[in-house]
Amino acid sequence: MAGILVYALHSDENEFNANSLGAISEAAKLAGEIGGEAAAIVVGDVDDATCASLGGYGASKVYRAKSVPEGLAQPIVDAMAKVIADNDISYALFGGGLLGFEIGAGLTARLGAGVTMEVTAVRADGGKLVAERPVLQDSAIVDVGYVSEPAVIIGRLNAFDAVEGEGSDAEVVDVEVELSDFSSGATMVKRGESGEGGGVDITDADILVGSGRGFGGEENLAIARELAESLGGEVAATRAIVDAGWIPYATQIGQTGKTVAPKLYLAAGVSGAIQHKVGMQNSENIVAINKDSNAPIFEYCDLGIVGDLHKILPKLTEAIKAKKGQ
Amino acid sequence: MKICCLVKEVPDAAVQKRIDPETKRLDRSGENTLNQFDTHGIEAAMQIREGGVVDVEEIVAVTMGPGSAQRALHKAVALGADRSVHLSDDVLAGSDVCATGYALAKVLEGESPDLVLLGQQSDDGECYTIGAVVADHLRMPSLTQVIKMDVADGKLTCERQAEYGYDTVEVRLPAVISVGDAINEPRYPSLKAIMGAKKKPLDTKAAGEVGIESGKVGEAGSRTQVLAINPPPEKEPGEIIEDEDTNETVEKIVAWLEERKLI
Ligand SMILES: Cc1cc2nc3c(=O)[nH]c(=O)nc-3n(C[C@H](O)[C@H](O)[C@H](O)COP(=O)(O)OP(=O)(O)OC[C@H]3O[C@@H](n4cnc5c(N)ncnc54)[C@H](O)[C@@H]3O)c2cc1C
Ligand SMILES: Nc1ncnc2c1ncn2[C@@H]1O[C@H](COP(=O)(O)O)[C@@H](O)[C@H]1O
Repeated sequence: MAGILVYALHSDENEFNANSLGAISEAAKLAGEIGGEAAAIVVGDVDDATCASLGGYGASKVYRAKSVPEGLAQPIVDAMAKVIADNDISYALFGGGLLGFEIGAGLTARLGAGVTMEVTAVRADGGKLVAERPVLQDSAIVDVGYVSEPAVIIGRLNAFDAVEGEGSDAEVVDVEVELSDFSSGATMVKRGESGEGGGVDITDADILVGSGRGFGGEENLAIARELAESLGGEVAATRAIVDAGWIPYATQIGQTGKTVAPKLYLAAGVSGAIQHKVGMQNSENIVAINKDSNAPIFEYCDLGIVGDLHKILPKLTEAIKAKKGQ
Repeated sequence: MKICCLVKEVPDAAVQKRIDPETKRLDRSGENTLNQFDTHGIEAAMQIREGGVVDVEEIVAVTMGPGSAQRALHKAVALGADRSVHLSDDVLAGSDVCATGYALAKVLEGESPDLVLLGQQSDDGECYTIGAVVADHLRMPSLTQVIKMDVADGKLTCERQAEYGYDTVEVRLPAVISVGDAINEPRYPSLKAIMGAKKKPLDTKAAGEVGIESGKVGEAGSRTQVLAINPPPEKEPGEIIEDEDTNETVEKIVAWLEERKLI
């Protein structure tokens, strides 16, 4: 049947994740090319209309596993493995995100399936799918084919655009899933919520000062704030400094943070790891200040300064203020 | 409690990594080292041991890789592991994620650990997936990218960041956990530990000895196939300034920003 099954991740408010919607649109396009259908799987107590609305993105069917909790991978592996087996599905596709990695990996083991991750494009070739994956800090792109089906494709963040079309409501099919004994060994005590970034929405800002571990400590972020203020922008962050507790999660850019595309992204003390890059690479102008000339960010910035941010940032702030007559 | 730490030998960060166009595998010539991300797993094991809440009888470093991978094990032992296991066999060469995860799970099965720790990613493969693959084979609960972990009463209380922020998750033992690099600050090994590392027990295992079916590993057992390797799309290289005179550098940045009407 050559079907493609997409995991549609949702928040506690039953709002679907944008990357999941993108994966559904991508699956619909690809399914047409390999002669199959695109379906989605939704876990938890999500109402009919919300599930059916995925038809708008190209899903013809939505499998709903009501008894399976959202947010942890292993019960969802159980659900997807069952739906894949019962419906002769050839590919499992995930939009960018951490859960996609975990579920996709679990399915790989469960089904003895091939997996490709960080996929930036998928194409159909002779009725089969070929995934394109950048490797080695994006210095090469490998085309990966699968020697057997089912197969697993995990997209990179923002790889697939959500296309809301004329599609009619998807058919909602309830599935009963028996969980594996070990799948309930991990339980959610408290699921994350995006929280407040001090009233700031970094996705709205025209100018962002990206700050990373190179600041050396929470107390030094003041110089990032002063620079951002002089530019009329906001401070954004890498996961490294959010994990370290220097700055709220709401300011994080990247794979498990926000996606931004400001007019100017000025990064200081940020190495530019792939998981960060995927959240900011569409910025119009990227400036990087880093003391390591080998930092990956120098591969994709428009202006790069090899130097110490502690020396450069205060003077830059002064100079900008002077220019603006502040 | 017995903890197994999965560690991997990777090309040194300073080495220009490339793919061999012939074999379509990573070119592993040149300096190799222990994957930096895995040192956080060993440190996490050491902190559980030193924390005193549970009794840690043994910390075992486990790797799969060619002969040279022994050096990564020596480093792991210098950092605190008590002994190590090296799965090494020609049939394993060319294993993809599916095959590697299966093979590692087979070695771990023989060890029956209460906790398996991994790094958040391998510096060369960057798949972020081995932990979850291994967990499914071992039929153990699992969580990846964990940055806080407390152990008590046969379970772990973990924190990690997923799509909506920080989740708090309870994980029953035995379990497989991959740790993020923010979980701890790995210690430096003492000179004495480095010197003593080669004397600690190191078991080398062939695939057959741990019950690996040869058809499930290596190129034959891999479910993916690299069809082509292409260069990324051409991109105009950015302008790079070395900061020698900061006043001058700042002038240049300001001019650059002004030109683009950003100030
Ligand atoms: C599944 C997964 C999801 C992830 N999600 C995200 C995500 O959403 N967002 C994200 O950002 N990361 C994410 N990461 C982490 C990511 O891989 C990197 O570890 C992280 O982005 C690094 O942050 P950093 O640049 O602040 O720190 P580092 O990589 O440590 O870089 C610090 C940089 O500062 C420079 N520096 C040091 N001192 C100075 C100085 N005085 N002056 C100038 N430069 C200096 C150094 O040369 C270095 O390049 C994720 C990782 C995984 C595995
Ligand atoms: N060949 C290997 N031998 C032992 N451990 C490995 C191997 N490959 C990956 N790992 C472990 O899995 C983690 C994640 O790797 P990856 O999924 O490749 O990003 C690493 O940090 C290691 O702890």
